[in-house]
Amino acid sequence: MLALLSGQAAARSTDTVDNVMIYIVVISVILLLGVTAAMVYFVFKYHRKKGHKPKDIHGSVILEAIWIGIPTLLVLSMFYYGYTGYKTIRAIPDDAFEINVKARMWEWEFNYENGKKTDTLFVPAKQNIKLNLESYDVNHSLYIPAFRIKEDVIAGRINYLVFNAEQTGTYDIACAEYCGLNHSMMYTAVVAMPQSEFDVWYNTKDVSAEPENIEDTSADSSAVTDSTLIGGGNQ
Amino acid sequence: MSNGTVAATEKNFYEEGTSRHKGILGWLLSTDHKRIGLMYLVTIASFFIVGVIIGVFMRLELIAPGPTIMEAQTYNTLFTLHGVIMIFLFIIPGLPAIFGNFFLPLQLGAKDVAFPRLNLLSYWIYLIGAFLVLLSLVLPGGPIDTGWTFYIPYSVRSTTNVSLAIFAAFVLGFSSILTGLNFITTVHRLRAPGMTFFRMPLFVWSTYATAWIQVIATPVIGITILLVIIERAFGVGIFDPALGGDPILFQHLFWIYSHPAVYIMILPAMGVVSEIIPTFARRTIFGYKAIAMSSLAIAFVGYLVWAHHMFTSGISDTARWIFSLLTFIVALPSGVKVFNWVATLYKGSIDPKPPFLWVMNFIVLFSIGGLTGLVVGSLSTDIHLHDTYFVVAHFHYVMFGGTGTIFFAALYYWFPKMFGKSYNIKLANVGVALFFIAFNMLYFPKFILGYMGMPRRYFDYLPEFQSLQLVSTIGSWLMLITMIIVFGNLIHSLFKGKKSHSNPWGGVTLEWHTSSPPPLENFHEIPTVNHEPYDFSQLKEMDYESK
Repeated sequence: MLALLSGQAAARSTDTVDNVMIYIVVISVILLLGVTAAMVYFVFKYHRKKGHKPKDIHGSVILEAIWIGIPTLLVLSMFYYGYTGYKTIRAIPDDAFEINVKARMWEWEFNYENGKKTDTLFVPAKQNIKLNLESYDVNHSLYIPAFRIKEDVIAGRINYLVFNAEQTGTYDIACAEYCGLNHSMMYTAVVAMPQSEFDVWYNTKDVSAEPENIEDTSADSSAVTDSTLIGGGNQ
Repeated sequence: MSNGTVAATEKNFYEEGTSRHKGILGWLLSTDHKRIGLMYLVTIASFFIVGVIIGVFMRLELIAPGPTIMEAQTYNTLFTLHGVIMIFLFIIPGLPAIFGNFFLPLQLGAKDVAFPRLNLLSYWIYLIGAFLVLLSLVLPGGPIDTGWTFYIPYSVRSTTNVSLAIFAAFVLGFSSILTGLNFITTVHRLRAPGMTFFRMPLFVWSTYATAWIQVIATPVIGITILLVIIERAFGVGIFDPALGGDPILFQHLFWIYSHPAVYIMILPAMGVVSEIIPTFARRTIFGYKAIAMSSLAIAFVGYLVWAHHMFTSGISDTARWIFSLLTFIVALPSGVKVFNWVATLYKGSIDPKPPFLWVMNFIVLFSIGGLTGLVVGSLSTDIHLHDTYFVVAHFHYVMFGGTGTIFFAALYYWFPKMFGKSYNIKLANVGVALFFIAFNMLYFPKFILGYMGMPRRYFDYLPEFQSLQLVSTIGSWLMLITMIIVFGNLIHSLFKGKKSHSNPWGGVTLEWHTSSPPPLENFHEIPTVNHEPYDFSQLKEMDYESK
């Protein structure tokens, strides 16, 4: 919510999620204040006094209908709003630029279609990006707080995440699914750059991004991480 | 006051036991539901205190970024233990085992539960489970570090004592199942003459609904745990993708139990609220049937929402929206309860004594917990907030602010009945007020931290989160002081407190129709019920005079 006040959203999904958040929170705060105010008012108003006779009211079908009916409409609207927003966030555009993401305890690996491989995610801004997520070992979750999105990264299946960075800049990527010793240090970043800059970087041959440099096959890497599970794994 | 004079001439359940043993054996071998309830109280409260202390150490570690007082592995172990102890040893058994055992038979006008020996066995099984948890801490391999959710593949790969710790949860499950079985049968078979289903107190209704969840849902976690143990021991490849298994299957099986378990935790608390509000407003409950039926509705719909714990796991988008919709539906019966409780105050005669103040705390904190549940039930917001501090804040408001608060409310409400002693009211009021401040200081910053993007289960964090983490840590110190006051008041009263009136609050459900503490078989003669449960005109025939 803090980012709401700062104006420009980092990604399209940022606005979508923040708007749903505001909608639910506003209704919730009204309900909370209403319930609390009624309770506190009654406690003062009907405070036990000598000679004061309480009145046994067993209930009211009309009131029950009201406070089942109105909340039903409210939560259905919350559901619907949350669902439609979600659909836009999850929709895979045809022109999406795909990057294959591999996670292992406790680092990220980004594989581009031309064979480039990095540990920081470089993307062109204002371009639809689709990340294909797969884990080498335990469950991880790729989380970009500034874009308000995450998806679990699991071995043996490919999950995906779609985003479009509106603003150039560098944003944190965190691991959100507990994955052992250095879970809290599994940070990297997504760097959204202007398309032209990205193209220059993407088309340069880089030593660290040799296409032949693929030393991992998933079966072996899990054995390696096993031994570093306890007390090891300085990265 | 007549009850008090009668009571003086007969032995209470402390003076007369079910076995011929005296002293500690007279307790450990007792089949009296009240003694068993109190044994649960001592054991469960001890584990709660251990869980609190672990929590305080976790908060201390998080006071600043980087290692502060411990290493990452220690922290990972502590948050796992905090979860395992609080969930499996405190909050799941908590209210049913302590207050359900003690008060279900009393409120029904029964001499005991349906199967007293099975009840004692449940307690012993609980003790064995608790012992196995403790054993898993000290055996070679080290304490479990997987988080209380034991997600695979990590829990298959971790070299810590995972198998033993989850086997402990398996054993504890049987204690839960047998207690549930006992309560269901008790409700069906042992109601006093005239006690129809719709004359049962609402605590009985909610404990009854809970019992069905305990019996039906718990076997699922039992099966799941056995499969994990087999996977770890023999590598059969049910869940572990490296062996051809499916880790998502584990998450489904785990939450098919563990989400209904959330309602095992909260439903009995809701029942206690429905007892305390009429007593202190001295009028009948508003919407008795709506509250009773909403308990059953929660128990039923609660089975069908488990996958909202898995919105980011890669399950199909269809499954996501169906579970999101059902999650919003399950919020409605809880809302119905809150509205009826508040309406019960209307035209009452309200005496805000400590148990009632705890309930006021509950209504605010539980409402915040419930409403933030809508935020994480919604698909758009959940994919941002899932596995962040927002979720941590949400479930602490529901579990600690909800069930935990009512654990204290129930203790302060029934303390005079259980022990025949009264406590210091002023100090109790201070405890309630401090709790409210400490609680919000400790947990509210986590909502903001979550929205800022702080993931949960983090040993270390980015500098931008530090100021709110600091506020939360200071809140944990205040909470510790509050706990000392809240428990200290009761423990002091246990030994030094004045003898209590047998019905200090003017309650009318059946437990207030007998002496405090009650005799071995609860009533001199089995009462005949010819009133609805919250009919305060009974106070006259009970010879109750307001002091």
